[in-house]
Amino acid sequence: MEKINIIGAGLAGLTAAITLAKGGRHSRLISLQRSERAQSVLAEGGINAALNVMGEGDKPEYHFEDTMRGGVYLADEEAVRRLTEGAPDIVMWLAGLGVPFNMKDGRLIQRNFGGQKKKRTAYAKSSTGKMIMSALIDEARKYEVAGLIERYPHHAFQGAVIMDGVCLGAAVCDTYTGERLTFGGRVIMCCGGLAGLFPRMTTGTTQNSGHAAARLFGQGVVFGNLEMLQYHPTTIGIPDKRCLVTEAARGEGGRLYIERQGSKWYFMEEKYPELKNLMPRDVVAREMFMVRRREDCGDTVYLDMTELSVDVWDKRLPDLRAEIMHYLSLDPAREPIPVREGIHYFMGGINTDVRHRTNIAGLYAAGECTCQYHGANRLGGNSMLGAVFGGKTAAEDILSLPEADTPDLPDAAVTDTEPPEAVKAELGEILYSGLGIVRSESGLMRALERLDELEAREGAFPESRLGRAMLLSALKRRESRGAHFREDFPERSEELRAPTLAVCRDGKIIAEIGGDRI
Amino acid sequence: MSVLKILRRKSADQQPYWQSFEFTSDDPNAAVSTALTALNSRSDLRDMSGEKADPIRWECSCLQKKCGACAMVINGVPRLACDSKLAELGEVITVEPLKKFPVIADLIVDRTVIFDTLRELKVWLERGVTPDERAQEAAFEAAGCLQCGCCLEVCPNYYAGGRFTGMAGALPLTRLIAELTDEQRREVLKAYRKRVYEGCGKSLACRKICPAGLDIESLMARSNAAAAWRSLFDLRK
Ligand SMILES: Cc1cc2nc3c(=O)[nH]c(=O)nc-3n(C[C@H](O)[C@H](O)[C@H](O)COP(=O)(O)OP(=O)(O)OC[C@H]3O[C@@H](n4cnc5c(N)ncnc54)[C@H](O)[C@@H]3O)c2cc1C
Ligand code: SF4
Ligand code: SF4
Ligand code: FES
Repeated sequence: MEKINIIGAGLAGLTAAITLAKGGRHSRLISLQRSERAQSVLAEGGINAALNVMGEGDKPEYHFEDTMRGGVYLADEEAVRRLTEGAPDIVMWLAGLGVPFNMKDGRLIQRNFGGQKKKRTAYAKSSTGKMIMSALIDEARKYEVAGLIERYPHHAFQGAVIMDGVCLGAAVCDTYTGERLTFGGRVIMCCGGLAGLFPRMTTGTTQNSGHAAARLFGQGVVFGNLEMLQYHPTTIGIPDKRCLVTEAARGEGGRLYIERQGSKWYFMEEKYPELKNLMPRDVVAREMFMVRRREDCGDTVYLDMTELSVDVWDKRLPDLRAEIMHYLSLDPAREPIPVREGIHYFMGGINTDVRHRTNIAGLYAAGECTCQYHGANRLGGNSMLGAVFGGKTAAEDILSLPEADTPDLPDAAVTDTEPPEAVKAELGEILYSGLGIVRSESGLMRALERLDELEAREGAFPESRLGRAMLLSALKRRESRGAHFREDFPERSEELRAPTLAVCRDGKIIAEIGGDRI
Repeated sequence: MSVLKILRRKSADQQPYWQSFEFTSDDPNAAVSTALTALNSRSDLRDMSGEKADPIRWECSCLQKKCGACAMVINGVPRLACDSKLAELGEVITVEPLKKFPVIADLIVDRTVIFDTLRELKVWLERGVTPDERAQEAAFEAAGCLQCGCCLEVCPNYYAGGRFTGMAGALPLTRLIAELTDEQRREVLKAYRKRVYEGCGKSLACRKICPAGLDIESLMARSNAAAAWRSLFDLRK
């Protein structure tokens, strides 16, 4: 009997396992830590679907248009079409699993989120991810007890077992015992975003080391849009990471300023009199970067929330106030807080088709580790949707096919080691130096030279190869689009309206727009 | 400067021993998690007596009090390492693994028993529910449980393998009690009565310790009322 190997137990992995189990198929749900610890529990704002409950005449068609426009037309059109059409069913399914989405007068309500023309984001206060995860964990438990889902909750992915271009299984290591196991059966990668490539610089978790994706890249799996990193404009520095300050802070009236020659300059309000502090994330982040760079300005951008009413603090943002007081030891109702752009989401990742199949037969991928839905910029609320929908779609494709033979694979068929922390930190610095908010050919070339030096000293390793692909992808995209801003090519170029594909072949890394050679 | 006095153990079958490390940070928010991260990123980690030391094994993920991975006993109290500011803990800080779970290595414990309990209790919905505004507040609070295990550590009535589930088992059950309306509710209440209600001393030591700050008191009050009502009802029959 074939058991499907799902690597990752966040939103995508859980949904894939549940979908397979509902179809009567067995899976192994493999993760570094328990689902309760996955990055998905951090999601705050909500999940998108054109439910049309707010009397605005919303339709999946409009959700499709907003998503394509938001991603500046790099997302896979057919995939986005399916995603947005499937979204209402996903959210209603989650509500049926008991997710306490906010309601009013007996009906679910939705809120506004950046880049969307309708109120389309369903939410559970400011803990939407945690609430959805709790419901999915309970649902998966039902099938665990029925024997359909087996949990491997402290197991590190070591690599796929690939023979003659076909994925036959996955190798894992039990981090508690050190035991190495190789599992036959098709594989669905649900291993999350690449936070670990930028240690301490993201809003994500330490668990998402990026190592699993990097291993696959080294094994010949094709990746897409790796240059597309989303910087969230308002994050605060807390020990060892960036902590997100929700967009709602500005939605409720928070204002950004910088010190200029002794006085406060509300630069967003001056430059964008219409949308002011609520311009799309990439624009705000870029403006913050630009003003900080100016000779006549200070080094720190502040978020001023001192004019918010007591009522707003008490009723709508109490968690935020407590969090800021805890970490910054200052009260945002009294004092402006220093904020900075932080890496928040990876639009790029494993390239799949609309059924979530990779270029390797038998290997699927879903969730933040993939790239098809968000193009050059992800809309808030679309990533949880993409993770749940992707996990479901991958599982449904497997359900539509007969069981595969599962050959006996020797344990320790694939071995793997992770680089030391210090080397990962150095790589992170190099990548960040090239892949900041504002990029240029010279900056990227310098980063590539430094990467050459690092590899000459330490040898190439999975993360360094994937990092190189990121830098090369950014170098190849000689235009500015969405999250990718090149100061040497500040305009968008219609000729480059195609995803950037990257692959590692015989140790050589190729990145190309359109990917003809790939 | 802080001194972290850590109870270490190479693996379950090895003897535990104390080892102390110095750590200095000028970040007022530096927490026990910050110290552990920094110590482990030293390429040549040495303890206070200059002895070479292996990296300290511990678990973390979110580093912002939201995932429960980093629960451990700090200065004798179970809490999250990422929610334990060094500046508030005195100069010498003792750090030990949670004690009610088997140790894997150093500060990592195996909390499988929590999840086994949830399976025994059948914490899941048999059928879909219709969203109901009245159930929301309780469901939201109950689903916020991090499954960190801190409550079990301080609970005078909980021990692994016992009938009483402790709060980490009880809270997910209260979500179902809040949301269920069909016949599954009867079964859930029965399990609740036997494995929670009858075992809990209601001292609420768990409420004080819960790092998620969950409103355990009202959740319990609600569910206890439902369970007690159920037992009366059953008696009358
Ligand atoms: C602070 C924050 C707020 C957010 N808010 C929102 C929001 O409001 N709306 C929205 O739509 N999105 C939001 N997002 C993004 C969204 O939460 C994620 O994109 C989504 O949850 C990803 O789900 P996933 O299943 O792909 O991965 P994850 O939940 O990240 O899970 C990854 C899984 O892979 C496993 N794994 C990783 N590496 C390995 C390995 N080497 N071996 C074995 N297992 C491994 C992990 O253990 C984990 O189980 C937010 C993100 C953050 C960080
Ligand atoms: S009730 Fe609180 S202390 Fe207990 S496991 Fe849940 S979050 Fe942790
Ligand atoms: S109230 Fe007391 S007995 Fe009951 S779970 Fe909490 S600590 Fe344990
Ligand atoms: S690391 Fe998540 S709670 Fe401490």
